Amino acid sequence: MKNRYDFIYIFDVQDGNPNGDPDAGNLPRLDPETGNGLVTDVCLKRKIRNFVALVKNGQPPYDIYIREKAILNDQHEKAYVALGKDVKKTKQEDRDETRAWMCQNFYDIRTFGAVMTTEVNCGQVRGPVQLSFSRSVDPIITSEHAVTRCAVTTKKEAEKQDGDNRTMGRKSTVPYALYLGHGFINPFLAAQTGFSDDDLALLKTAFGQMFELDRSASRGLMSPRRCIAFKHDSQLGNAPAHKLFDAVTVKKKANVDVPRSFADYEVTIDQAAIPQGVTVEEWV
Amino acid sequence: MSYGIKLHVWGDYALFSRPEMKVERVSYDVITPSAARGVLEAIYWKPQIRWVIDRIHVLKPVQFTSVRRNELASKASAATAKSAMRSGAGSLGIAIEDDRQQRAALLLRDIGYVIEAHFDLLPATEDGPEAGRVGKHLDMFKRRARAGQCFQQPYFGCREFPVSFVLLENDAPLPVCTLAPADRDKDFGFMLHDILFDQDAKTKAVRSTSPRFFRAVMKNGIIDVPSLQLAHA
Repeated sequence: MKNRYDFIYIFDVQDGNPNGDPDAGNLPRLDPETGNGLVTDVCLKRKIRNFVALVKNGQPPYDIYIREKAILNDQHEKAYVALGKDVKKTKQEDRDETRAWMCQNFYDIRTFGAVMTTEVNCGQVRGPVQLSFSRSVDPIITSEHAVTRCAVTTKKEAEKQDGDNRTMGRKSTVPYALYLGHGFINPFLAAQTGFSDDDLALLKTAFGQMFELDRSASRGLMSPRRCIAFKHDSQLGNAPAHKLFDAVTVKKKANVDVPRSFADYEVTIDQAAIPQGVTVEEWV
Repeated sequence: MSYGIKLHVWGDYALFSRPEMKVERVSYDVITPSAARGVLEAIYWKPQIRWVIDRIHVLKPVQFTSVRRNELASKASAATAKSAMRSGAGSLGIAIEDDRQQRAALLLRDIGYVIEAHFDLLPATEDGPEAGRVGKHLDMFKRRARAGQCFQQPYFGCREFPVSFVLLENDAPLPVCTLAPADRDKDFGFMLHDILFDQDAKTKAVRSTSPRFFRAVMKNGIIDVPSLQLAHA
């Protein structure tokens, strides 16, 4: 990894709940002041982890440390390749070696970092990939739907209903929303964790395909729409991230009142605002 | 001659966790000197220098919002990792459903500050820092900040809250402060100043960490930060 990257990830949801708020009865997350929808950084990171775990089958060096049970395969016993270094060493080197080994075997630690059990301050890994909260371009409206189930869970309930056996539930969806998230990839931290160009390629694939493997009743139709990445020629970067992000405008088309599809939006990149030394890439 | 710099920083969200409330995290009202130092170090830092925060200008009204997230309860175990490393096999990894905590965080939203800071050169071990060195570090910081370069993207307290920054040149006007006149003078009470690390130079092992606090009083939108030596243990 020789370059710094800043990127904008644009994805949408149709009749689904992209990220429920545990504080609000699992309604879609909302910025209470503006009405814009939110998707947390950790929500997207979860999907990247799940995607990598599925396509790489959880094998080192693409093992996933923070797992979701639903995607766990039975194979827990893995043959990890050790570093093959001298075993005689001081404590500090020992710790460094363990950390390096964890980075080598686990994709998510290499990418996002992890906090390893530690009595001292240095037992943590900062990953090169940093994501922020994603935010919808326009305010969102949540629709709540009552749904029925023609079965009950317990016998007692069935007796109560005299065999009618109906239960009701609730489901909340966003009719349509386009979300925009910002991300950063840091070549210095990539060097520290061993995050390679191959790992980056896998990350790009994940951004393009992670929603395909995350279908569920609550999600509705989620799709990646664009991932506009700014590749800096130098490791330190050639321009402030906020200037690059400002060069991208995402807004409703002029004749659209109520957006209901990606076609109702317009994404423009102001090429003139991209300084020298920065290349625009499309990852999705 | 002063070696100070002024950096305008802003962002959508921030979380400067209060140490007394960090399970369900609650942010301080304003950025701590410690977090401000972190922002500067993310742009430029070398072991020869120490950033010192002098003043913090608060540019926007203090507003909070809360976010609850599913979080992991435990940390990765270095001991288990070590034994798996030795044996080449093992069951590592944490199942998030089994080890989940829902935690709320009270965040700051829509924030902007000007950080005024300078750095001290640490005495070199042998022949001492050369006179020209101060200029070198200062110029490198300014060049990077001007060009939007950084060692890592700086953040407001947590990495999911990135910082946008612009260097304010010496004669540049300060950004507009949107604090209401009535809100420009405020006592924020005791705040974390910074954490002192006592580190072994050779092994890098941290011997102790001790927090230092100061009374953060905003006068006309500006918080003067006392030196760390004057802060309370």
